[in-house]
Amino acid sequence: MERLRVATVWLGGCSGCHMSFLDLDEWLIDLAAFADIVFTPVMDIKEYPGNVDAVLIEGAVANEDNLEMLLKVRERTKVLISFGDCAVTGNVTALRNPHGTALPVLERGYLELADDTPQIPSEEGIIPRLLDRVVPLHKVVKVDAYMPGCPPPADRIRRCLEQVLAGQVPVLAGPDIKFGTGRTV
Amino acid sequence: MTAVTLTIDGKLVTARADETILQAARANGIPIPTLCHVDGLSAHGGCRLCLVEAGPGGRLQPACVIKVAEGQDVRTDTAKLREYRKLILELLFAEGNHVCAVCVANGNCELQDAAAAAGMDHLTLDYTHPRREVDLSHDRFGVDHNRCILCTRCVRACDELEGAHTWDMSGRGANSKVITDLNQPWGESATCTSCGKCFMACPTGAIFRKGATVAEMDHGRAKLDFLITARGRKQWNV
Repeated sequence: MERLRVATVWLGGCSGCHMSFLDLDEWLIDLAAFADIVFTPVMDIKEYPGNVDAVLIEGAVANEDNLEMLLKVRERTKVLISFGDCAVTGNVTALRNPHGTALPVLERGYLELADDTPQIPSEEGIIPRLLDRVVPLHKVVKVDAYMPGCPPPADRIRRCLEQVLAGQVPVLAGPDIKFGTGRTV
Repeated sequence: MTAVTLTIDGKLVTARADETILQAARANGIPIPTLCHVDGLSAHGGCRLCLVEAGPGGRLQPACVIKVAEGQDVRTDTAKLREYRKLILELLFAEGNHVCAVCVANGNCELQDAAAAAGMDHLTLDYTHPRREVDLSHDRFGVDHNRCILCTRCVRACDELEGAHTWDMSGRGANSKVITDLNQPWGESATCTSCGKCFMACPTGAIFRKGATVAEMDHGRAKLDFLITARGRKQWNV
């Protein structure tokens, strides 16, 4: 059997979904038996490769780099999975949207609340410009599957990836599509 | 009281003539999802989550307000109803700012649970991201309008159980909001008795207890249900 090419991508999110991915613990070894992780922020790979079978994308589309990366990933990947609440809904990353555009948020954060040398960071080509509105992935590209959760618990990620390994487009249901935290309080 | 016989999801059931379809269904173990409904408070029929197909042509009717009728054929779980319920939940999520991950009610929220139960794994609609206020002027409670779904459970609990009628609605359409007294800050309300029944009735994190942080707030709904039973049926020892 040909090994699957799996990737994970980190856009406008806190990396919590990737922490949860690492919580798969020893199952990562089982995963490695069937799949190559060809791109992920937890390894030092510079360029997103071609012919990727499935990708988990964490985070919303918040800046120009996110947008460019997402378009590239969509082009080079068969099954694109929105990974976690920011990717699925915008979530915390999109909390700034009620303020209209990016500017009032930047002014509040970097000018009004600055203790010292207030200035809005800008460096063309280095600091990506914020988009005026944060949007979930499926508002930009076609998304094949959704994995809500902030973060999705490791067993939810496993149930999703097991379907990927079985050659299916994953479908989650019931408690596995609950937004927010999966833990019971 | 006369009894009527009707069919719910192919099952023959008997109900009192003054019962609603919702009451008859639940009495027979047939679940119908609700959000604005609270047993013992007056029916509102606002959220439309309890829509069922009833009568000729499978007309859509809110089960919480429509009375049972002799020979009625009710469907509670069809593909059409599932689609509409999911759309209703999408509309609720798109209309406010519901960010489960950072909400006091996370893990203890009827809206969050209803969305998962309806199979809503993402929104096909665009979020509106409205600008809404948070009122923290009350000593013990706060109201975050971002999380309000306008179910009016607070309004009805305050009016019908506490008899204070501090809460009411103002505005129309997307500008609707719950208000205290004549749209004054809650902390300055002359009628509020600080009893907390609005907080117990709230299905989301819109009305919350101060000091509760993300995912740790329990609404204490059991206490509200106890009061409703106690007053309605004069049963103080359950």
